[in-house]
Parts: sequence; C-alpha cells; structure tokens
Amino acid sequence: MTVETIQKETKKDTQSPSQIMLDIRNLKKVYPTPKGDYVVLEDLNLQIMKEEFVTIIGHSGCGKTTMLSMIAGLNEITKGDIAVLGQPIKGPGPDRGVIFQAPSLMPWMSALQNVMLGVNQVFPHATKAQRLDIAKYYLQKVGLEDAFHKKAKELSQGMQQRVGIARAFAIKPKVLLLDEPFGMLDSLTRGELQDTLIEIWNKEKITAVMITHDVDEAIFLADRVVMMTSGPKAKIGDILAVDFKRPRTRKAILASNDYYKYRKHLIDFLEH
Amino acid sequence: MKQSVVLKTNERSLVLKALSRLKFKRLKFELVPSLKKLLIPVSSILVFLGIWYLGAESLRQREIDFRVEKAFSDQGQAAADALTLCFAANDPSCQTNTLPSPAQVWSSLITLIDDYFIIKQDKLDFKAKTEAINETRIAQGNDPIVYTGRASFVDQIIRSLKTVFAGFLLALIVAVPLGIFIGLSPALKNAFNWFIQVFKPVSPVVWYLLVFMIVKTMLIDSTEDNSFTISFISVGLCSMWATLVNTAMGVSSVDKDFINVAKVLKLGTFQKIFKVILPSALPFIFTGLKITMSVGWMVLIAIELLAQSPGLGTFVWEEFQNGANDSNSKIIVAMFVIGVIGFLLDRFMLSIQNAVSFEKTDAI
Repeated sequence: MTVETIQKETKKDTQSPSQIMLDIRNLKKVYPTPKGDYVVLEDLNLQIMKEEFVTIIGHSGCGKTTMLSMIAGLNEITKGDIAVLGQPIKGPGPDRGVIFQAPSLMPWMSALQNVMLGVNQVFPHATKAQRLDIAKYYLQKVGLEDAFHKKAKELSQGMQQRVGIARAFAIKPKVLLLDEPFGMLDSLTRGELQDTLIEIWNKEKITAVMITHDVDEAIFLADRVVMMTSGPKAKIGDILAVDFKRPRTRKAILASNDYYKYRKHLIDFLEH
Repeated sequence: MKQSVVLKTNERSLVLKALSRLKFKRLKFELVPSLKKLLIPVSSILVFLGIWYLGAESLRQREIDFRVEKAFSDQGQAAADALTLCFAANDPSCQTNTLPSPAQVWSSLITLIDDYFIIKQDKLDFKAKTEAINETRIAQGNDPIVYTGRASFVDQIIRSLKTVFAGFLLALIVAVPLGIFIGLSPALKNAFNWFIQVFKPVSPVVWYLLVFMIVKTMLIDSTEDNSFTISFISVGLCSMWATLVNTAMGVSSVDKDFINVAKVLKLGTFQKIFKVILPSALPFIFTGLKITMSVGWMVLIAIELLAQSPGLGTFVWEEFQNGANDSNSKIIVAMFVIGVIGFLLDRFMLSIQNAVSFEKTDAI
C-alpha cells in the first residue's frame, strides 16, 4: 500500500474494510465530577489503515491523550468501540505498543534489560539468544549499540526515549501509540529522534498513531494529520492528507511548496 | 586555554613554572577545606567536654557542700572539717554519687576493657582446667561443665547485638511481605489501617509485657531461660512499624508510568511484583528498615532491662542498682557505647541501601 492510494482519503466508506488496522467508532469518554459528568470525547470516529502513520494534533486538554490511552486499553471506554483488525480491544496488551511522553524506563535496569522486559513477554518460546538478538537489533537501530549495559538512569533524556522506541518496536506490535514522545526534549534532540523514529518505521511499517503539539513534526512524520476540536465533547475536526513520498527527508519537504500549504492549513485550524 | 598557549610557545621552563604554580595552588586549596572540615567537629567535641566537665564539677561541689553542711548540723565542726578533707583528698570512702566527669568516665572505660581481658583469661583457664573432665562427662552422657562466671562488658555488647539483629530479622520477615500485600491491595490496606494506627504508638514496655504473657505461656513446660526469645520478639514488634508503613507506601506509590508499562507488556503478577514494583519500592523499604534498626537498638536497652536478658540494658540497670563508686561512670560509658553502636548500625544500613537501590541516599 502506497501513500498515494490513501491520500486525501477522508470518507471511510470508500476504504476497504480489510485494510483497516484500527477502527474507532462513536467513541465517548465521560469523567464523573462532583459538578456532574464531564464529557471529554463524543462521537469520535477514526479509521486508520494498515501501515499508516497518523499524527493527532489539537489544543492542550482536548482529550488527545485520553483517546490514545483508551486505544492502549489503559483508560476505560465509556461508550463506542475500538477494534484492532476487527477485534474489539480488551484492556491493554502488547499488540498495541506505547511510547510514553516520559521515557518510563525502569531506572534500575540496563537499556538492554528494559527492552528485554517486553521481548521476554512477547516471545516466550524463543531461545534466550534469539530474544537477546531481537533486543540488541532494535537498540542498534536507535543508535544505542554502545549503551546496552548502561543503567537507564545514567542515560540522557533523549537516549532514554531512544530505548523507549526500541522497546516499543521490539515487541512487534500491530499498532504503535506515541503520546508526545518528544515533547520533553530540546529541539535538536527532537529532530534527531524524529529521524531515528521515521527510519526504523520505514523498515517496520507498523501502523502508528502519534500525538504531537508540533505542527512541523506532525507533517514530517504523517500520512494523515488528524485535527481534534477543543474539548469538552472533542471530536475529529479535520483530516489533512500529507502527500509526500517516503522515504522523506527534511530538506526535500522544506523545499516543497505543499509543505507551506499543509502548515497553513493546520495553523488555520488550530487558531480557530 | 592558557595551558595550550603556553605549550605552543614551546618553552619548557615556562611550562614547568606554570605547572608547579598550579600544583601548589591546588594543594593549598585542598588543605584549607579539609582542615576546616576537621576543625569544626573537633572544636565542638572540646566544647562539649568542657561543658560536661564544668557541669560535673558544679554538681559535685553542690553535693559536697550539702553533705558537709549536714555533717556540721548533725555532728558539729570537727566532723564537717574531716569530711571536707576527705573529699579534698579524693578518698575512696568519700565519693560523690552524681554525674561523673569526663576523666572518671575515661578511666571506667579503661577498667572495663581491662576487665574484659581478665575475664577472657579466666575463661581460657577454665576451659583448660575442665577440658579433660568435660570429655569424660560427655563420654558418660552427662552435660559438660560450662563457665558461669560474670559476663564482660564486651560479651554484653555482643549479646545485645545478637538480640537486636534477631529482632530486626523478625521485623524484616514479618513487615516486608505484609507491607507488600498491604501496598498492593486497597482492601487489605483498609483492613490493616486501624491495626497499624493503634499499635504503632504503643510503648516498648507494654509490647514487652504482651510478649512476656504470650511467650511465657507458650514455653510453660520449658525449663530454659527464655529471656532472649522474649526480648528479641519485643524488639521486633516495637521496631517493625516503620518498615511496614514504608513498604506499604513504597509499593502503593510506584510511578504510574511503570505500572502502565507493566500493563501494556501484560506482565504476570509475579513478574510485575518482582521486576517492577519491588525494585521501585526498594528505596522506601530500606528507609523503613533503617528506621527499624535504629528504633530496635533504642528500645532494646529498655527491653533487656525488663526482661533481665543479659546485655547492655541489664548492664546499665545492674550498675545503677549496685551503686559502686564507679557505677555512674560505667553507665555513662554504656551510654556512649550504645550511641556509637547505634551510629555504626545506621551507617551499615545506609551502605546496604546504597548498594542495592537505584537511588543514592545521602546520610542525614
């Protein structure tokens, strides 16, 4: 499946059901408060194709993270359905890997042990050597071949998030959920990590849903950018198909006129 | 930067000069803070000894004045003069029974150490003397003759340490698993909360009495001395609360992100506890154990005293009861020994804590 076939595709009924990886229908989330129910999300519909990279952008507090943690199964669904490959989700599971905003590594474990924690769980029948190979492969992919045995707390924030990326890819999830994974990093490190992420993603083509606050990041990484309306009762406001060929380079994208068109589109949406 | 410029000029003498100046400067810098670091505690110790000396002197004078006054009113001038002279000559028959001076405490320490060697020699002699007899007694199926002389100060310290470690181990075995269960389950937390809140502030003395009631009855048919059992169980019960509360808190306050990671990876309960929750709660658990150790050592003295279990507590109490000339200074020696050992135990726990947990803790 190429980028072209899904570009500017916003109507779900023309999409072939067999190509839908993640299906969110009529999703609703209500938080009870002393002053009555607070509706965070309502009537949220989103279909994400196999091998698609979708970024979600919206104002702070609009319910992006709520939606993502509901997909991850960490937050209960009030109403509606979330299905992966047609199967409704039941709680959290390794078929939906998560990269959290904070690296969330166990500080007392080495980088390798942190990755192995997931690998051991997902490939229980592989031999120890095979599992080590998997973990090491992904750590190499994120550029940490020299830091296998460093304790997580000894790594910089950026390196910790690299381990987080390796851990998420190493369990070979069907869907990768990224909750503003680079939000805590400085812009230089952020750029490096975006490159690392997209490089490893180009190989693995794991369906990805990523929350971001950064318009440039959203365009650079995504096949489609989903814009969410501000809460309460947030839903999908608009979807922008990003029609750049992969593999992408930052330079080529910045040189393209479309980039500024996309950027304007997103900023116009966010400023209204 | 400066150094590299100097090197570029390639003048050896200049480089050497610069280096020697650098070294000298560094030496000066290192010496001053270390001297300062040493000076402050040393001077504070001197001030402490000075205040102690002056306080002890004034208390002694007060007692002497009172006793001379009393002798004067009861027996007249001659008796009062004789008593004054007797005190001035520091005669063993005229000793004050008040706070001893630092010098008296020091000499008592020396006495206690000498005493240790005397008793040690005694024991060796005893062993040599009874060895042959004991062999035949054992061959005949009788109990060997054992040394029943008085225990030395060092023996009592060792006995106290044994008691506190046994109590600490008991606290560890009971409080850590219980704390983990309480921390993991909100229902258990509710069930145990009143229990902890009510029993935590109970005095060591009352714990001792409770343990005494129970153990005495349980070992009712035993003829052996159970004071050790009673005292270590009491120490364990008094001191385990800090570990219990800290463990429960550490376990229930594990970083939400770690729990989410465990959930996403679908770790089993066993793995979740041993790979995520326990390592993350370890600093809390060790803080609790450190407090348990110091509380245990603190209450030990009172409990040994009550239980008549040989040890520092009994030593202090016996010295107080026997009222010899140097009893008071021996009590003060015991006080310092208790303090120093408590401090060392604390350091010992801290070093274990730093070795096993991922967060380094500074001494407080």
